[in-house]
Amino acid sequence: MNGTLAAVLAVSMVLFSLGLLAALSRRDAIFMLIGIEMMLAAGNLNLVAFWRYGPQPELLTGAMMALFAMAIAAGETAVGLALVLAVYRHRRTTQVEKLNTLKG
Amino acid sequence: MNPGIPFILIAALTLSGALAAAILPNLVHAALSLVLAFVGLAAFYFLLGAEFIGLVQVIVYIGAVAVLIVFTILLTRPAVAQRGDLNWGGVLVAIAVMSGLLWALARTALPANATAAAPMTVMRVGQTLMGDYVWPLQTVGIVLTAALIGAVVLVMEEDR
Repeated sequence: MNGTLAAVLAVSMVLFSLGLLAALSRRDAIFMLIGIEMMLAAGNLNLVAFWRYGPQPELLTGAMMALFAMAIAAGETAVGLALVLAVYRHRRTTQVEKLNTLKG
Repeated sequence: MNPGIPFILIAALTLSGALAAAILPNLVHAALSLVLAFVGLAAFYFLLGAEFIGLVQVIVYIGAVAVLIVFTILLTRPAVAQRGDLNWGGVLVAIAVMSGLLWALARTALPANATAAAPMTVMRVGQTLMGDYVWPLQTVGIVLTAALIGAVVLVMEEDR
């Protein structure tokens, strides 16, 4: 396991796992959104790395996918944070463990 | 070609920022550490020769997403608990996923050298976006408009 591509992929994998940790183990909805953002960013890093080390970098395929993924991630953050604010207005909390009205 | 000193520095910056964002108990500190991780990612894009994507990363993530997160934290301030306890099941799942991914990476043969390519100029990006990717571009525009309208509708005051 040597070379820059493998090193970038390793960094992106650790970043993805840290995002997964934040999304799964934190009790605040804002933290979960932060974790999801980190996972999306790790995926973007993968796309750019494979674009750079792929067979046809002049087509810009991976870079374009990274750009579109960034746009979708920005929209996802806006809607997610709006949902957090809407929930906070009704329930006065952002702790996901207290949002258990539907629990049987 | 082994990763050099800049690579190691940027990787340390990114991963320490991400780790702090994942485990710091204070929400504001975590959001600022997230900015640190995003700066490191932008530096990675510059290192890989994708300058335009690095700039977009700075403008979109640090300029917009991080500010949005900080605004939401400030608007929901009284509800923010300072408890730092983690759900250990999630930690175990994350560690298992990380070891699985790294194991798969260690067993995979990857090309060691970058293919020589024309640099990614803004003109090339524009031509590609307006040529091959014009339909995805328009679709992303519609998606972003719908997302912004939806976000505004969600937080609008309801008249009862």
